[in-house]
Amino acid sequence: MIEDIKILDTVERYIRGEMKPDERLQFENLRKTNAEIDLLVVEHTLFLQQLNHFGERKSFRSALNDVHTDLTEQGKIDSMKLKGKAKVVYLWKRYRRVAAIAAVFAGATTLTITALVNAVSPKADNAKITELSRDIQDIKRVQDNQGKEVNNLRKKITTVPAPAFKAGGSGFLIDGKGYLVTNAHIIRNSKNIVVINNKGEQFKAVLAKVFTDKDIAILKIDDEAYKSVGSLPYGIRKSSTDVAEPIYTLGYPRNEIVYSEGYLSAKTGFNGDTLSCQLGIAANRGNSGGPVFNQDGEVVGVISTKEMEAEGVAFAIQSKFIYAAIDELKKDTSYQSLKLPAKSSVRGMNKKDQVKKIQDYVFMVKGD
Amino acid sequence: MIDEKELLTGLAASDKKAVETIYQENFNMVQALIINNNGSADDAKDIFQEAMVVLYEKVRSGSFELNCQIRTFVYSVSRRLWLKRLQQQNRYSDPGDSMESVVAVEEDLEAHEQRNAEFDMMEKAINNLGEPCKSLLEAYYLQKQNMQVIASRFGYTNADNAKNQKYKCLVRLKKIFFTHYKNGNSDRGH
Repeated sequence: MIEDIKILDTVERYIRGEMKPDERLQFENLRKTNAEIDLLVVEHTLFLQQLNHFGERKSFRSALNDVHTDLTEQGKIDSMKLKGKAKVVYLWKRYRRVAAIAAVFAGATTLTITALVNAVSPKADNAKITELSRDIQDIKRVQDNQGKEVNNLRKKITTVPAPAFKAGGSGFLIDGKGYLVTNAHIIRNSKNIVVINNKGEQFKAVLAKVFTDKDIAILKIDDEAYKSVGSLPYGIRKSSTDVAEPIYTLGYPRNEIVYSEGYLSAKTGFNGDTLSCQLGIAANRGNSGGPVFNQDGEVVGVISTKEMEAEGVAFAIQSKFIYAAIDELKKDTSYQSLKLPAKSSVRGMNKKDQVKKIQDYVFMVKGD
Repeated sequence: MIDEKELLTGLAASDKKAVETIYQENFNMVQALIINNNGSADDAKDIFQEAMVVLYEKVRSGSFELNCQIRTFVYSVSRRLWLKRLQQQNRYSDPGDSMESVVAVEEDLEAHEQRNAEFDMMEKAINNLGEPCKSLLEAYYLQKQNMQVIASRFGYTNADNAKNQKYKCLVRLKKIFFTHYKNGNSDRGH
């Protein structure tokens, strides 16, 4: 307990900026190599923020009440001193409300009568209904199992990789016409590239542009079997994300799509790179090139596992770089029609539903 | 006309004069809206103050882009809040046309609702804490009193003792808060 308190005290002094420069530097290094301390910093920052918001709102609310009383006493606002026409209107509205309440009572009487009628009419056999619903449940379960088996078989048939392709990483669509973003290192030196979606469908792709220093590559699906998927469910965020914001990723660390969640732990990435950011998330090499989403289902970054220092810490290229990359790519007139999605249609949905909508747009990327 | 930007800067700093000015210039308008749409004077005060909180937290987070007047913003937020409350009570009213212009405030209200939920969580967590933890943490984190003052106020022998006790309380508060926070966040959207 004493140890915990000491650590917490250190973290709090760090967050409040009460450390001397050399102590701060030392602590920042510790943070980079120790995921547990990093998590504690992020968690405590978030908590102090929440506590602060709470206090601010409480005192603002009491200030508002004081102002209300003052202004009323000074006659500067009309509160509770309704005169003339306003009063008549007010009373009329009041009266209307009484009428509405009376109407509700009338409704209640009707309901009571309905209830009485129901009570005396013959009841359905409850046991039978339970039995029926159990039967339906059984049928459903059998069907589910069959569905799963079919799916498994389908996967086995379609996801057998062509022997020439090495295990790669992840990528995701940025335009339904078949443009994807992935990491440059995944397809380095590859002559042939394939991308495979969640359903196991495989498409040939070509390299449109590569930004080696940022580890970003733009691919274009070049396969007759691919049909444009129209608009994407997620948008790509133009501005930066806040520290401690919860994030999640979808990718192919295995042969199937995997979800993992974490938080943004620092606004800059490896060695202070301002175009990348640090994540507290369980990710491995297969996640590389995969999208990082915030709670609203916006893409905030692209995971890059080129630098891995500690477990549970990953880096991502910030999404604003995707905009810069596309501007660069568009200098070639054959890419003029490319358009990045700005708004997420999954905003406001819970995570499960977001993932359901998004997963079809995240691909496994392989090169030979 | 008073410089609106100055008023908002004042509001962000909780400056009393700025709060009073915004209150005085907008309250009657919102009260008229509520009372003309089946509300009482108490409802008007509630809704207007809620809209003021929305505005305050928006400027506090530094995201108030002046693409409309304060008056328009406060009116639009109050209107939405009131319609929502009527719907919740299964009462309906159509404010119809008015002299005031309206801007879209959906995103602001979404953010506001998230903050409401967080506020409730923190309030519940603090109230679950019991004494002396509750008062101790409030004194340090909310009223920003220093440890020396707190030590003598709560009868600790020295500031270090008070500080240790404060951290013990804080660990408990965090635990209660995050249990709800994590559950609450994964429920988002339901």
